[in-house]
Amino acid sequence: MYQYNDFDAAFIAERNRQFRAQVERRIDGSLTEDEFKPLRLMNGLYLQLHAYMLRVAIPYGSLDPAKLRQLAYLAERWDKGYGHFTTRTNIQYNWPQLRDIPDMLDALAEVDMHAIQTSGNTIRNVTSDHFAGAAADELEDPRPVAELIRQWSTDHPEFQFLPRKFKIAVIASEADRAVMKSHDIGVKIVERDGTRGYEIWVGGGMGRTPMVAKLLKDFVPQADLLPYLESILATYNRLGRRDNKYKARIKITVHENGLDEIRDLVEAEFPRRRAAFSGVDQAWLDRINAAFVTPTLPERDAGDYYAARDADPVFRAWADTNVVAHQHADHGIVTISLKAHGATPGDASADQMRLVADLAERYGHNDIRASHAQNLVLPHVALADIPAVHAALREAGLATGNIGLASDIIACPGMDYCALATARSIPVAQGIATRLDELKIEHDVGHLQIKISGCINACGHHHVGHIGILGLDRAGVENYQITLGGDASESTAIGTRTGPGFAYDEIVPAIERLIFAYLDLREGPEETFLEAYNRLGLAPFKSALYDQEARAHAAE
Amino acid sequence: MPREFTPKVVTANALIEGDVVYLTVDDQWTRDLSEAEVLTDEADADYRLLQAQARAGEIVGAYLADMRPGPDGPEPTHFREDFRRTGPSNLFHGKQADGLGHA
Repeated sequence: MYQYNDFDAAFIAERNRQFRAQVERRIDGSLTEDEFKPLRLMNGLYLQLHAYMLRVAIPYGSLDPAKLRQLAYLAERWDKGYGHFTTRTNIQYNWPQLRDIPDMLDALAEVDMHAIQTSGNTIRNVTSDHFAGAAADELEDPRPVAELIRQWSTDHPEFQFLPRKFKIAVIASEADRAVMKSHDIGVKIVERDGTRGYEIWVGGGMGRTPMVAKLLKDFVPQADLLPYLESILATYNRLGRRDNKYKARIKITVHENGLDEIRDLVEAEFPRRRAAFSGVDQAWLDRINAAFVTPTLPERDAGDYYAARDADPVFRAWADTNVVAHQHADHGIVTISLKAHGATPGDASADQMRLVADLAERYGHNDIRASHAQNLVLPHVALADIPAVHAALREAGLATGNIGLASDIIACPGMDYCALATARSIPVAQGIATRLDELKIEHDVGHLQIKISGCINACGHHHVGHIGILGLDRAGVENYQITLGGDASESTAIGTRTGPGFAYDEIVPAIERLIFAYLDLREGPEETFLEAYNRLGLAPFKSALYDQEARAHAAE
Repeated sequence: MPREFTPKVVTANALIEGDVVYLTVDDQWTRDLSEAEVLTDEADADYRLLQAQARAGEIVGAYLADMRPGPDGPEPTHFREDFRRTGPSNLFHGKQADGLGHA
């Protein structure tokens, strides 16, 4: 875990001091809301439907026990005792008061955290693989590069007023666990002829015009990364559509100008940018690398783990979904589901956060991750300790064994909180998960990703859900469109709309019909929902959605 | 014939707390929609909105929200305003928990 140096700490302290004064000036009337709004957004403070919302960055999703305990403290001291983990691996507090925000930011600074650039037309929180440093398939830990990009992009003077927000993800394995190709820039660490470098993908995104990122350059040498990224950002900063918010993301810039044209412009910009980098960044990267050493994991006999699997079917079922292989065979990566059936996806109480911090300290080498799927991860747990971890999680209502299953739903806050939303998302997720729990079918159904957004901005990643749900306002009534065949993995795909949307009270039964149709249609349990869809196409699923409904209506 | 004017209330979020407030007849901000002034004349509504917007030290983002008359005062015509006067539907927080909502 990267620790702030004196420069970082002084920077955050000064920024917090400035924002405290800005809040005071807003309250005493010296600043209008129009003047204050861009200042508060730069510091992660939104005003939503019912209250302010503070969005705190969790860089590349990495936490340690001290940070997570402080997040719990903020939840209790200044909010309603919980926090909401988001698809950008941030945490949001839904109920703070304006006067308290400066104190919250100071409390975050105590544990090397902040809320800078979690909003606004800037480079947002850099995300990465939540299994980084532990995954058996990674080339190297992608987080040092993510940290380098974080430092370079934080308060970068040239990129504080981009045409639109800008999101970057870094991965280091063939498997994409960070939805890299749905980012403005995706960086993939690769090796060529024994040398490490980067594939650079550009122009991915969701929102109203979803696009899969395109390969801009297949190999950027290590030392060229930041100047190359800077060349892309500078090109976008100049060409991006500031005249139309809906065409302002780089995906549109790439689409309108063409990938080859963008590449030519970036290459033309690059030499000048490269000349300005003296190599300091590479020296920094070495120092950052030293802060991300995977802990020395002692050899541990895994016998207790296998004995627990044999003895306890509940444990075995949970471990089957929530524990995956670690680089070290006697360890596992434990995902803690924040998706208890019927609960709000991504919410964790202060007590739950503290428990996870305790478990990370006791069993997990002080390492915790927030995933884009709104779950928490203990990346390094000895298999022998996992039964004890599971038992402790059960006590806290955190032992839901559903990772990758149909109730492990991504859902944005939707109209229960968000001022931009056109419909609710959370109750739809709750309804689907509750129904799946009643039916007791999700283990039979297997891998199925349902993702729900409460507006076209697609924070709930619906475009890349195997089943995507988009909540809209149709003539003053909530209406839910379904897309099928989206894919958030390395074979990234945008889902296809099935047809007319469903009313709020029709959407859960519609999803149920889709799931039962899949069970009927699949060649066997080994064929996943997405595989069955890709084999059969839209027609049989469409029929399950609409024909039965038509029959039901006819029978009324 | 001119279109019939949909009744309105002036609503905003409180500057400090951030919660939903409504303008009353006597120029107070209330947390309870049933106490809001119902504006049935377009010119009057525009004027009251301008007055509200001038109170930037108390509120943020004042606007006119459509209402229909109900037995206990104005009722939202749109579900967004219904959530604003109640609170979120996933947790018992906000106005409903403060005894002000209409869950």
